[in-house]
Amino acid sequence: MPAQDLPKIYLYRRIILAKIFIDEHYAGPIDLNDIAGEAYFSKFHFIRLFKKAYGKTPHQYLTIVRIENAKLLLQKNIPVAEVCYSVGFDAISSFTHLFKRINKVTPSVYQQHQRLRKAEINSQPLKFIPNCFAAQNGWA
Amino acid sequence: MITRVNHFSIFVLDQDSAYDFYVNKLGFKVHTDASMGPGKRWLTVTPPEQPDLELTLMAIDEGMMFKKDAAEKMKELVKAGTFGFAVFQCNDLMATYEELKAKGVIFKKEPTKEFYGFEALFIDDSGNWFSLGEKKANE
Repeated sequence: MPAQDLPKIYLYRRIILAKIFIDEHYAGPIDLNDIAGEAYFSKFHFIRLFKKAYGKTPHQYLTIVRIENAKLLLQKNIPVAEVCYSVGFDAISSFTHLFKRINKVTPSVYQQHQRLRKAEINSQPLKFIPNCFAAQNGWA
Repeated sequence: MITRVNHFSIFVLDQDSAYDFYVNKLGFKVHTDASMGPGKRWLTVTPPEQPDLELTLMAIDEGMMFKKDAAEKMKELVKAGTFGFAVFQCNDLMATYEELKAKGVIFKKEPTKEFYGFEALFIDDSGNWFSLGEKKANE
């Protein structure tokens, strides 16, 4: 049965499976044509439905998942090059370029900021808590 | 003139479990996770596309905020599903409903067309309920 003739719920489930596939396999070499094929959609139809559901094309979504996961690894002080390859990028230059475009800072600057922020949270946590809450909990 | 909200609180029964629910199931981002001494923790998360709105996942502990009796009563009220703290928004309610359901989120109300919009209701791991609506075309 062509995808467009299936009940809507089946289409949703296929799109969701595609999204979950990206969430789980972002670190590997994902070919979005394969995902569209697995979901039994034409590439165009797949991209249109995915964007309707998630507000982004599958490619944009994959990039965001990779960058968000890179941020989590950078927060753990893992070296930039290792982070780059761990989240599915092939080259440090394209990773750095994309990361900077999205976050306005390079991965290494982001990592440095996060290191300082973490140290500050540990040493002066009250700087991160509105005073009313801190007082209410007896922390201020 | 008040212009924005930057924090609101959700009372939870267990912060570790709430962390798992809000981060791993709903996909929220951890904003601040600070230890405030033995057994005390300041934990806030943000919706993925609203990084400046911190949801404080507040433990209901006996202390300055709650006397022992009040903490117990509050826990019972939360467990019983008394509180509805927020209305969340997504791009596509059916897709989000199916995805969250697949992740084990419990819905009290399936996506339903109401006179005010398309809405579902789900509960968090503590028992708090939330409305989930769809972004309208003109928003």
